[in-house]
Amino acid sequence: MSPISRGFLGRRRRADGDPSRVPPGQYVTDDFPVLSAGPTPHTPLDEWSFTIDGAVKESVSWRWEEFLGLPAAQVTVDIHCVTKWSKLDTSWRGVSLDTLLETVETEAEYLTAWCDGDYTTNLALEDVLDGNAWVAYESEGGPVHPEHGGPARLLVPHLYFWTSAKWIRGLTLTPTDELGFWETYGYHNHGDPWLEQRYQGD
Amino acid sequence: MARAALPGRLGWQRGRVVDTIEETRRAKSLVLDLPNWPGHRAGQHVDIRLTAEDGYQAQRGYSIASAPEDDRLILTVDRLEGGEVSPYLTDVIEPGDELELRGPVGGYFVWDASLSGPLLLISGGSGIVPLRAMLRHWAAARPPVEVRVLHSARTLDDVIYRDELMRRAAFDEVDVRIALTRAWPDGWRGHRGRIDRDYLNGAAWPPRHQPRIYVCGPTAFVEAAATALVDNGQRPETIKTERFGPTGG
Repeated sequence: MSPISRGFLGRRRRADGDPSRVPPGQYVTDDFPVLSAGPTPHTPLDEWSFTIDGAVKESVSWRWEEFLGLPAAQVTVDIHCVTKWSKLDTSWRGVSLDTLLETVETEAEYLTAWCDGDYTTNLALEDVLDGNAWVAYESEGGPVHPEHGGPARLLVPHLYFWTSAKWIRGLTLTPTDELGFWETYGYHNHGDPWLEQRYQGD
Repeated sequence: MARAALPGRLGWQRGRVVDTIEETRRAKSLVLDLPNWPGHRAGQHVDIRLTAEDGYQAQRGYSIASAPEDDRLILTVDRLEGGEVSPYLTDVIEPGDELELRGPVGGYFVWDASLSGPLLLISGGSGIVPLRAMLRHWAAARPPVEVRVLHSARTLDDVIYRDELMRRAAFDEVDVRIALTRAWPDGWRGHRGRIDRDYLNGAAWPPRHQPRIYVCGPTAFVEAAATALVDNGQRPETIKTERFGPTGG
């Protein structure tokens, strides 16, 4: 049992929205904090492409304009960062991973999302299919700001936000689960905020 | 579905505050007795969990300010007005109080004395905290690596660890350069104004010296400094960043 912190009251009476939407250990913020391990990359759109490769019969690649031509979805979701903040009702526009992965033939069960700036994160296919993940290029009705992962970022709102990789450029399908950047540095290999899977062993 | 096997579990542990140090008007260091501390690397942080009498809990992350070689773990907390946790840690908690935490957390923004190349530490405000752990680690291990600190604060009174930084600078151990952005004492010989592209061009080692660069501070500070370093020719993979936003606390 946790010791009582003498004199600590907490801010729980703050209007934190619907408490059923805030996972354990999280607090709601209206800001949009930035967490990145290195400098923000600035890839010009005419050099941008998105590629699906790895354990696929034939890899596929889109340039920026082609990517914008793919069937897009508008979603409003809550996001949860492992550093404890949650942001409710964020709106995004992008291409669902169902749409993207329909274009390749694979028997792989995992993927590594890779990005400008050398960031990676690993995900199980079951976590990104069935309307669970998007590659988003619009946020709150405008382009995704570079600090927040633009021109395009992964959006996997049901997992901690480090899996929503910024500056995404592709997906590599893998037969086995291969740890990504933060997963290598001790963060949980799944990252379900409702189970508070922050670090290894949680 | 089989997932990659991972060892270890980062459990919560109890510590006791044995001392507090007022670093500035806003920042306070907590010196902790942690019987089960597993050790850490310079640059890592911990999660703190506070528990109210009715069981309500709040968690936040704080950088470790002490070196792995120090006897006690030290956290330095900057008070964010209106914050939920930081004002408790800076204004309420006292020596003798218990504190629950887990860590160390984060393995990327770390520096180890075995690493080569000059070490360039760039911080704004309380971004100095994890860099001070690196500085102390360097001082304890004494590797043949040059160190330079570029630190930005509003005024001289806002410089966290001011005496320690000045002492190291005075003994020529470390090249400490402080930039004050709001007000300067009479005769101030340091930089006046922000750490910007021009300043970094002169103050950072050129890329051919292959400096290892750590940048920590508020988001806008880190974005500006890291972007300027890249524009000045530093290789992005040599720049590690840690940003903290306007929220938290």
